[in-house]
Amino acid sequence: MIKTLAAHIKEYKAASIATPIFMILEVIMETAIPVLMASIIDKGVEAGNMKHIYTVGAMMVAVAALGLLFGVLGGKYGAKASTGFARNLRKAMYENIQTFAFSNIDKFSTAGLVTRLTTDVTNVQNAYQMILRMCMRAPFSLICAMVMAFIINARLASVYLIAVIILGGALVLIMSRATKYFGMVFEKYDDLNASVQENISAIRVVKAYVREDYEKDKFKKANGNIYNMFVNAEKIITLNAPLMQTTVYTCILCISWMGAKMIVGGSLTTGELMSLLTYCMNILMSLMMLSMVFVMITMSAASARRITEVLNEKTDICNPEEPVYEVADGSVRFDHVNFAYGKNAAEPVLKDINISINAGETIGIIGGTGSAKSSLVNLISRLYDVNGGAVYVGGRDVREYDIETLRDEVSVVLQKNVLFSGTILDNLRWGNKNATEEECRRACELACADEFIERFPDGYKTYIEQGGSNVSGGQKQRLCIARALLKKPKILILDDSTSAVDTATDAKIRRAFAKEIPDTTKIIIAQRISSVEHCDRIIVLDDGVVSGFGNHDELMKSNEIYRDVYESQTGGGGDFDEPGKV
Amino acid sequence: MAEKVREFKGGPGARGRGPRPKVANPGKLFKRIMQYVMRRYTVHIIVVVICIFVGVLANVRGTLFMQTLIDDYILPMMGSADPDFGPLLAAMARVAVFYAIGALSTWVYSRIMVNVTQGTLRDLRQDLFSNMEGLPIKFFDTHAHGDIMSIYTNDIDTLRQMISQSMPQLLNSVITVVSVFISMVVLNVPLTVVTLVMVAVTLTSTKTIAGRSSKYFIAQQKELGKVNGYIEEMMDGQKVVKVFCHEEESIENFNRLNDKLCESSYNANQFANIMGPVTMQIGNISYVVCAMVGGVLALNGFGGFTLGGLASFLTFNKSFNQPINQMSQQLNSVIMGLAGAERVFRLLDEVHEEDEGNVTLVNAKLENGVLTETDERTEMWAWKNIRKDGTEELVELKGDVVFDDVDFGYNPDKIVLHGVNLYATPGQKIAFVGSTGAGKTTITNLINRFYDIQDGKIRYDGININHIKKDDLRHSLGIVLQDTHLFTGTVRDNIRYGKLEATDDEVIAAAKLANADSFIRKLPDGYDTVLKGDGANLSQGQRQLLAIARAAIADPPALILDEATSSIDTRTEQIVQDGMDKLMKGRTTFVIAHRLSTVRNSDCIMVLENGRIIERGNHDQLMELKGRYYQLYTGGLAAS
Repeated sequence: MIKTLAAHIKEYKAASIATPIFMILEVIMETAIPVLMASIIDKGVEAGNMKHIYTVGAMMVAVAALGLLFGVLGGKYGAKASTGFARNLRKAMYENIQTFAFSNIDKFSTAGLVTRLTTDVTNVQNAYQMILRMCMRAPFSLICAMVMAFIINARLASVYLIAVIILGGALVLIMSRATKYFGMVFEKYDDLNASVQENISAIRVVKAYVREDYEKDKFKKANGNIYNMFVNAEKIITLNAPLMQTTVYTCILCISWMGAKMIVGGSLTTGELMSLLTYCMNILMSLMMLSMVFVMITMSAASARRITEVLNEKTDICNPEEPVYEVADGSVRFDHVNFAYGKNAAEPVLKDINISINAGETIGIIGGTGSAKSSLVNLISRLYDVNGGAVYVGGRDVREYDIETLRDEVSVVLQKNVLFSGTILDNLRWGNKNATEEECRRACELACADEFIERFPDGYKTYIEQGGSNVSGGQKQRLCIARALLKKPKILILDDSTSAVDTATDAKIRRAFAKEIPDTTKIIIAQRISSVEHCDRIIVLDDGVVSGFGNHDELMKSNEIYRDVYESQTGGGGDFDEPGKV
Repeated sequence: MAEKVREFKGGPGARGRGPRPKVANPGKLFKRIMQYVMRRYTVHIIVVVICIFVGVLANVRGTLFMQTLIDDYILPMMGSADPDFGPLLAAMARVAVFYAIGALSTWVYSRIMVNVTQGTLRDLRQDLFSNMEGLPIKFFDTHAHGDIMSIYTNDIDTLRQMISQSMPQLLNSVITVVSVFISMVVLNVPLTVVTLVMVAVTLTSTKTIAGRSSKYFIAQQKELGKVNGYIEEMMDGQKVVKVFCHEEESIENFNRLNDKLCESSYNANQFANIMGPVTMQIGNISYVVCAMVGGVLALNGFGGFTLGGLASFLTFNKSFNQPINQMSQQLNSVIMGLAGAERVFRLLDEVHEEDEGNVTLVNAKLENGVLTETDERTEMWAWKNIRKDGTEELVELKGDVVFDDVDFGYNPDKIVLHGVNLYATPGQKIAFVGSTGAGKTTITNLINRFYDIQDGKIRYDGININHIKKDDLRHSLGIVLQDTHLFTGTVRDNIRYGKLEATDDEVIAAAKLANADSFIRKLPDGYDTVLKGDGANLSQGQRQLLAIARAAIADPPALILDEATSSIDTRTEQIVQDGMDKLMKGRTTFVIAHRLSTVRNSDCIMVLENGRIIERGNHDQLMELKGRYYQLYTGGLAAS
């Protein structure tokens, strides 16, 4: 994990090395101050030497100024290294995600990827800065102070050594227990918040069943539990401060007592005693700092792990070694195709599919939810790879084509489709970067999108908000179809892409397709029978198996599922919003 | 649906390190927080304040010991041939006691603060939640759910920070500064002046840096928002990016934003990092200057200033700078805490649903042909109205609903329903049809008083629904919504939600009625299968069936079904529809429909358009009318 992450420090290596060096220099300056201090007191004040006080005082100011310089530089490079590292991590992750196949995206989920790119990177950035600035500084400061203490007086310094060992041990014990407890508490805390979330989104249900008091009681119990857990976890932490104080106080008392004896005995000076007491604070503060760094690193470890997962993920679908850049025609053939999501999935989603579709044909696909309609068409543009058998487009296995070529020729309008923030033209040009406004207009006419676009005050320059939130569902679907048309594909796949478009417009789009792009193979998935009944042939899918393949009349005769669906939709007149028969 | 008003602007994400947020009335807010804490923890807080005080004094006393140690013990003993360490030992024992008291009081106050903080947060969460449960639906429709959630998570967190750490530390710092200052003045006035001057220098320089830094932090926050927004948008559309082979452009755009963020966050962090060394080194210089000046003073014996005094003073110099720097840091987080508190209290202050109704729902039975109230659970219900003169009146609950010239708008200025009249007799099935946005869902929001009407009257069994207690009104209505919401818990718990005291047999009976029993039995743990994340492990149809079972077990006399089958495919719908038909039997039912098959056998169909009922009647009548319904039903519109 560390190796993977460290590989992305790249151009910030120099800053990453400079930071701890400056921090160490700062520490050296800091350590020098008590020594000079002792000198002022012993050789200056006690000896009555004003000149010595001034010279050493000037030195101390210089040392402090140098310390300031090093501290500032350390801060500067620390910021540079950590923000740069974060930038590289985001960049690397983002670039790797772009290579992901659909299956990789499914594995992480959209929300998962967003968290990794945002919060997790911020956590790692903060931890990295902490490591660069504190991880070297704290132990070094501890060692320096310790060494100085030993130089001044080894016997007294050994008191610190004992204190450090005891306090360090205690801190490790406290912190490790606390982190464990807090891990558990936060899990429960997340659950509590999840239940609040649940209540907010289901508030209509709560109110409709008058369950406010019931929910309050439920919350009260969970909330009370959280309270107890938090108190138990924080109880441990509260030992920190008094423990620290006790150690400091004990050290001061021991040093004072022993020091007093030594001064009286002539083996120690007053100035030295004071330096020793200053070092005492330095040592214990570094120890405290170390324990904080330790907690911070443990907390960011989870983030680092999640980032590494994305960085190490290899795409499931790669370009072939010698890709084919030409798709001959729009014919599609499924040859004994088996498909499952995930390699170890127990149940295949598609089972032994054998279908042959001719170029220029219009094919309908119908079937209940979960009958694998989308899975079937997703194999054609190689959004997923088959587990067994092969899919042929234009007579060649899809795995032989250059992926970009294949996807340009096989244009899919996804079921869960999105528009991006930008003008309508920007969005349309996803289909073809160089499309002229005229071409865009033409595609919109075909998709019956021109009528509403022209009613917008800004027409084709209308700005689409993120996620297309300022256009209706039907408008969005038509824009997505137009966008796909601009690719001028050999195969066009509509995955339930007109569900929010009214039946009349739906029919109009289909008529336009038949007339204007007769050579394009059109594959239409629909819930509404009216959307597919006029297709050349219709595939009826049932639980991953082709249960029927033929035209409307054939299927009405031979296929029970098709007949069922047809009758249930037309018997009662179909949809009110979008009536069934055309 | 009502317009989304995002009141809690800049809620999540806008916080964290960075510029201080603006708080309108910090003093008043602070007082309110303190009152909230004191409500339960007055004694605790008093003990904490005392402990902090004692702790600081012990610490100061310890520092002053340095002077005594050097001046009164070490220096005199240095001259003596046979030093007596006895008095020193005694003095040290006294100091040790002080130290022990100091450490003990630190522990006592930290320990008490754990209970105070966590207890206060627990109470706050509970109050927030209890209060939220009482808010009108309008609140939830007009506030982004993420923003409400952020109050429970982010704002409560900043409050925790403030109560548990910032406030005690601030108090500690203030007491320390005051007592150290007094000690310094007592020890030596000129040196105190020197120290104060240096503190002023520190404060001015940190303020300058903080100003620069806050400018960059604002920039960083802006860039971070842009990058996060772009990431969210692109990750959401990642599959579309793949389909259109748009990877390179996407990377290009991202890199541009990412580089900008890197630059601004470098600047922001740089200045934040500089703050530490600057205050520390100015502190060191202050120390040096004091040492020099003090050295001169002690050397000349000016005003009886001694070496021991200098030693103590220098320690004070250190312990004076530290709390002052801490105070400026703590102040920052106190202000952040106040900003959080402002949002918490705003939610706490939201006004509850009004309920001026006094008509209640009671069990009833017929005694000699007269309707009488009873404590038994009869199958019969009655509305109980206590008149002003104290007499009681019982009206049998039948499920007879009348809309009389009802006007309504989510926003009073924008009326969405105009002059709606309708009449549903007990057991009838009333359907609302019309295109999206015609006002179908709105009507159902009114019957159970999720929203209150602007004008006109709605009567339930002849009683104005405004006179019925809301809880009782809602008890008498079952509702199955378009979006099914299930709760974390077992399948059994979820069905039982409709009637908490239902037996297992009743649960199973309800599930059977809703055609849910067979799929529930196939789940890994049957009725005890735990549902998580709003029932994410179930299909849409299965969730819908559970919602129907939940309504069935409540056994209400009237039902509202809002597009309950819209997102289910046709085959599954047949199963769900069957369950619903069984449920509707013998109940007054309001159906909002999408598919005409659901509507055709209704007793009355209302065709809504732009908030008005434009046609009404049963299927045959409407067909005969050859109006809008006919047009839609036969597909006339499509042909035209």
